[in-house]
Amino acid sequence: MDQLLQHLVNMLVLGGTYALLGIGLTLIFGIMNVVNFTHGILYTFGAYMMFIVVHQLGLNFFLALPVAIVAGWLLGALIEITLLRPLRGADIDTTMLVMIGAWIAMQSGALWIWGGVAKSIDNPFPDAPLVIGPVSVSWLRLFVLFAAALLIVLAYSLINLTKLGKAMRATFQDSDTAALMGVNVSLIYTSTFAIGSSLAAAAGALLGPVYVVFPQMGDLAAVKAFAIVILGGLGNITGAVIGGFILALAEELGAGYVSSGYRDAMGFLIIIMVLIFKPTGLFARAERVG
Amino acid sequence: MKQIVTLLCLAFFASVPMWLTDPYLLNALITTGIFIIGAMSLNLLLGFTGQLSLGHIAFFGIGAYVSALTSLGFDVPIYGDFHIVHVPWPPIAGFLLAIVISGFCGYLVGRLSFSVRGAYFVIVTISFAEVVRLVALNWVELTQGPLALTNIPSITIGLPGLGYLVLKTKFHNYYLVLAVAAISYFLISRLVHSHYGRAMRGLMENETLAVAVGIDVTKTLTLAAVISAGIAGAAGSLYAHYIRIIDPDVFAFISTVTMVIMVVSGGKGSLAGPVVGGVIFGLLPVFLRPIMPPEAQWITYGVVLIVILFVMPRGIVPSLAAKLGLARAGGTRRASVAVSERTAEEHA
Repeated sequence: MDQLLQHLVNMLVLGGTYALLGIGLTLIFGIMNVVNFTHGILYTFGAYMMFIVVHQLGLNFFLALPVAIVAGWLLGALIEITLLRPLRGADIDTTMLVMIGAWIAMQSGALWIWGGVAKSIDNPFPDAPLVIGPVSVSWLRLFVLFAAALLIVLAYSLINLTKLGKAMRATFQDSDTAALMGVNVSLIYTSTFAIGSSLAAAAGALLGPVYVVFPQMGDLAAVKAFAIVILGGLGNITGAVIGGFILALAEELGAGYVSSGYRDAMGFLIIIMVLIFKPTGLFARAERVG
Repeated sequence: MKQIVTLLCLAFFASVPMWLTDPYLLNALITTGIFIIGAMSLNLLLGFTGQLSLGHIAFFGIGAYVSALTSLGFDVPIYGDFHIVHVPWPPIAGFLLAIVISGFCGYLVGRLSFSVRGAYFVIVTISFAEVVRLVALNWVELTQGPLALTNIPSITIGLPGLGYLVLKTKFHNYYLVLAVAAISYFLISRLVHSHYGRAMRGLMENETLAVAVGIDVTKTLTLAAVISAGIAGAAGSLYAHYIRIIDPDVFAFISTVTMVIMVVSGGKGSLAGPVVGGVIFGLLPVFLRPIMPPEAQWITYGVVLIVILFVMPRGIVPSLAAKLGLARAGGTRRASVAVSERTAEEHA
């Protein structure tokens, strides 16, 4: 029972960052219909921004998070404008392969610049964990949970309460009609990609100090993000948040009760199961995926 | 005309070990050849049915592991005292089993994942490959996990009256790979020119229309998946018996990407495409290695992929064929695409 409680607490911390990753990807996938293989590299990029700001520039830990988010936003906008804008209207396989090419090039770039040795990021929190009854959780992880929750609320408000968000939702429903109503669809695509990328960078910046930072860290993150998106349904923000927590729960229980070697297999198994039995995702309204 | 060109190419490839003695280059050619077989099998799915499988390396890896385990033998505890023990069989049996079991996996994956299309299909196939990789990594009793299976025997061919020939040298392996590649090419060529092949193209161009004229979608796609997976398994088996050591890294996603690059750059849906793309991208590292570090090689790989998609989205072979005016098939293809686009517009 105590062990289960501990797994649930870990699930909350992990689930928050997974939800961030998932929201970013579900926006891009849902609105632009692009299978974004650079999502993982943006996650890596966010973590390295954190490392650079804290260790190479020697600045404050809490300043590093906004820097990583802005840097992720800029890199996302750059990728969209240079690679995706010229391919508007190309079929999904072409954009996917271009994204794979960008991913390989950028990941190798990260390996070249920062080397393959894993780096850890110092944090200003006390080493002793917070202990409540049978459960212990480090202060750093608590900070990650709250920061992730804050960012989720921000992203949610951006999409549901602002004019930009309304235009994004309109583009998701029907881009042609949205364009007819005066929505600058091209700008919406760039904003969507940039916002999605900044969320991935934020997730990387938050988990970077918890684990270690290395160039390939984003690969699994990207696949997990796909699992979350499929679980939650395409373009469904709430679904992505719930999906993030479900994946985190499956991983925690899988690692705790099956075998820690199969922790990372959970995401893939979820993808396979959902797509076989409920291809529209668990929370989506009916939509054709075949 | 086309057959003469194919035969001339085959003769050229067959002559290579006669004048090329550099072992490093010959090794690069053999591994490239193995990957070209994989790329040809991927092309059957991607180019002729339009299904982008990004888990193709799973079939290659399954073939490699099946073949290696068959020829090495194993003793795996299943439950309590119950063990499955297998005594080593000759490698050629491993090769055949690799084809059968990979093909069977292709059948299973096909049955399960052809209910979804497009991006979803891609993600299911990636997930399948990753699950298989994690099993290979974690089922240590069977696969040795990250410690790798070592001392895999070379393929031996028994010749009646002449004794046995152990295909151990690069010279022998080159011809073995070339023979398997030629047979695969012939098989795929026969398949895509049969009525199954026409059904596949029909599906790719307009699935709704294809269903309406009575094409059994799942059956056609599954057939393509089984043959494609079987050929990929054969390539994996050749790889295991040539390199003679395999670890879970054979399932690396980047290997699937390499095959996709070979197919897309050469020209998907063209029989010669994967061969041309494969020769270019298989040998590119050989030329890049002296002039740049490995990271820069991969950056070049990624950039070249992007550039090819921007400049020649149809691939080298179809683009060249169109330029040289050889594109009878290309012409009809364009016409039928135009028709299917029109139908799609009417639908919308």
